[in-house]
Amino acid sequence: MDTITSLETPAETTYLNCIRCGLCLSVCPTYREHLNETASPRGRVALARKGLEGQLELSSNLFEQMYSCFTCMACNDICPVGIRPAELTLSMRYVQEQKHPANWKKALFEGILPHPERLEAATLPLRLYELMGIRRLIYALGIMHRMPKQIRDMEAMLPRLPKRPLRRVLPEITDARNETRYRVGFFLGCAQSLLFAEESAATVRVLSRNGCTVITPKEVECCGMPARGYGRLDLVRTQAKHNISVFERYQVDVIVTDCATCGSTLKEYGTYLKDDPAWAERSAAFSGRVRDVSEFLAEIPLEKPKGKIQARITYHDPCHLRRAQQVWKQPRELMKLIDGIELVELPESDWCCGSAGSQLVTHYDTSLQVLNRKLSNIQSTQAQLVASGCPGCQMQLNTGIRRRGLNLRVVHPVTLLDEAYEASNE
Amino acid sequence: MNDHLIGQLVDLLGKDSVLCTPEDLAVYSYDGTFVEGYPDAVVLPTTTEQISEVIKLAAETHTPIVPRGMGSGLAAGSVPAINGGVVVSLTRMNHILEIDTDNSVIHTEAGVVTADLQGEVEKLGLFYPPDPSSIRHSTVGGNIACNAGGPRCLKYGVTGDYVLGLTVVLADGRILKTGGKPIKDVTGYDMNALFTGSEGTLGLITEALLRLIAKPRYARTALAEFASLDDAARTVNSILKAGIVPASLELMDQTAIICIEESLHLGLNLNVEASLIIETDGADEQTVRRDIENAVRICQVSSAQSVKMAKDEAERANLWKARRSMSPSLARKAPNKLGEDITVPRSAIPEVIQRLRSISTKYGLPIVIFGHAGDGNLHPNILFDKREPGQWQKVEQMVAEIFEASLAVGGTLSGEHGVGMLKRPYLERALGLVSIDVQRHIKQALDPLNILNPGKIFSV
Repeated sequence: MDTITSLETPAETTYLNCIRCGLCLSVCPTYREHLNETASPRGRVALARKGLEGQLELSSNLFEQMYSCFTCMACNDICPVGIRPAELTLSMRYVQEQKHPANWKKALFEGILPHPERLEAATLPLRLYELMGIRRLIYALGIMHRMPKQIRDMEAMLPRLPKRPLRRVLPEITDARNETRYRVGFFLGCAQSLLFAEESAATVRVLSRNGCTVITPKEVECCGMPARGYGRLDLVRTQAKHNISVFERYQVDVIVTDCATCGSTLKEYGTYLKDDPAWAERSAAFSGRVRDVSEFLAEIPLEKPKGKIQARITYHDPCHLRRAQQVWKQPRELMKLIDGIELVELPESDWCCGSAGSQLVTHYDTSLQVLNRKLSNIQSTQAQLVASGCPGCQMQLNTGIRRRGLNLRVVHPVTLLDEAYEASNE
Repeated sequence: MNDHLIGQLVDLLGKDSVLCTPEDLAVYSYDGTFVEGYPDAVVLPTTTEQISEVIKLAAETHTPIVPRGMGSGLAAGSVPAINGGVVVSLTRMNHILEIDTDNSVIHTEAGVVTADLQGEVEKLGLFYPPDPSSIRHSTVGGNIACNAGGPRCLKYGVTGDYVLGLTVVLADGRILKTGGKPIKDVTGYDMNALFTGSEGTLGLITEALLRLIAKPRYARTALAEFASLDDAARTVNSILKAGIVPASLELMDQTAIICIEESLHLGLNLNVEASLIIETDGADEQTVRRDIENAVRICQVSSAQSVKMAKDEAERANLWKARRSMSPSLARKAPNKLGEDITVPRSAIPEVIQRLRSISTKYGLPIVIFGHAGDGNLHPNILFDKREPGQWQKVEQMVAEIFEASLAVGGTLSGEHGVGMLKRPYLERALGLVSIDVQRHIKQALDPLNILNPGKIFSV
């Protein structure tokens, strides 16, 4: 067994007091599907501890159990002792990368993701696929039905893709429609720019309508969550420093994002950099200014939309919003502002949808099982729309809807607000 | 264990249902205690027949079988006592087979989570009362095997009081069905009672018929805070002697309250020595209210510092959330805790609390006290750090003295956790030689090879 003393490992306090009561099993999506302790938070904490204390080899199978966690954080929330099993699995992934760095992760998380141009170039085929009508053709000819199931499901994740990445379209400064009351920095996330461009365009319109001058710096990089999920905390720190520096160049009151995942990561910058003297204060100041768009809109006086949306709507809580940021009332309140909307509470609204970033790719079967539970709950509400402010959740829900052939639209809550505003313009 | 047996298990159950990587074995080496013992393999069967076949294989090869639900036990009952053997996890037998509303009976597989079972029957206006604090992370099969209790047992009785019938796989693989849907049955020995609480040493419970009752329509809950722990203990008796039968009557001492507050931030008063949670329930709103008001009045004359009634369902839910998180939240204070569940005649509660406090003083380690005071069932929890030299020896001595204290006032070792491995050394002292001898003969008759959860309750 090689030494791990030179590595950045989780502190003893992050696992020592786990008394193995098992309460976390009751809320863990992977445990509830597999009904196997190995796929449970308590099991992962035990494995991490035994691995770090030398009772078990830090084997690839041990690390695989860290990756089988969907990091939905339900265990963090329920633990009466204050252990954060989901956090521990992420820290263990970093241990593995320090021991045995994977080349493909370097290529992807260091070579492509932090560089918006490269990321946009790499995803060009996807946009061409949509724009040149290939996607329509493939469906029309029934080719998609002959694809392997997993390919089909992954394809179904994709929303209608924008012609151009929003980063290239959105002006750096969008003035408030009337008097400027707030200077808002907008953190445009990769998925929002590349896949859900319409949503972020809507976010900027809604902010501008409500007294915000919106500044969208174009040189921001990926928030860092993908690298975090794949154990490259070192890269997250580099990306964090870059993004903090970018926003420091602008005088903004708050930094708003409409991506639950980006928001949760940006709010963690202060934690990631707390031991770096040069960055501790700067990162804490940055994180303190970050708001999810629904959180920010709930803090400011809002224009009541005059347009109506006649629809039965339910809301799925993204883990990165409800648990990572404790934001769950605000999006519901926002939608209730709109006349005509009938908001039905989703059973187990905060149960993970199974996306967890890329689990549909890496843990296909489990991801689908977790998704099925979510879909059955959604169907029980008989809603026509399901709202959720997270691109990962939206893509996962899209897959599920396509699989079951449901007549359901997935939307960002702010999109609805924007539609209600726009309707009153007409 | 040889690869041959593992191969046979795989043939029987399929690859996904047999686990034997070092990581799998490590996570099946523990339960809700700090005790560990590694199995050779873990199987996750889905039918009674599969379990029967697994046990036949085990009998041929004299392989120990360790049954397990969700592993929340507090007596190391589902930890392999001697390294090796096969852990049989019943978590995948998690189907409710029938809810018979005409007879108020549920037919369930053993791996159903108790809270899920309750949720399902409550949708139909029915009620399954046993409510161990581990209700969300324990299985109904585990509850039966340990005859689990809980706060509501004061009024409604323990798990065993609801068992009408069982499907049990015996040590030779035969499948035994006990009891049935009739609620009265004196045909032969009471086999339900024999297997209930047998901790997997006599057979593996795979299905159960459980009695249900009508769901009480009203519940009122109050929190009474006392400057003195003794006053709180005495109040328990005053309430019960007044002819009130609360659904629950729970006590927690100051350290317990502090731990809960740190964990849940409910705004509890930390400057009191003890609190009582009192709940009344029933079908008639007025009776429920009159009972709780009477209980509140008794608390007030018994010098309670303050008595508050839960205003709404949310406040009530919070109080119970606090109570349920009690035991695990103690780990905020120390890396290890050992929770006992002595039960004494309720008149002896004040005295046994005095004795527990002097044990704590004598050894210099904290003993947190909380529990189901209404039925005399207390959970003294010793907080310690196993890594500190000498502490474990101290804890062992303290445990022995805690049991002595309970027996001295006419109490017993365990009200609801069971014996498992942790209480085994004290069993003879509690039961006497004749009782142990009779029990050994029962074990011998049902499991002559001693392959079913060996090393639990007593040595054979």
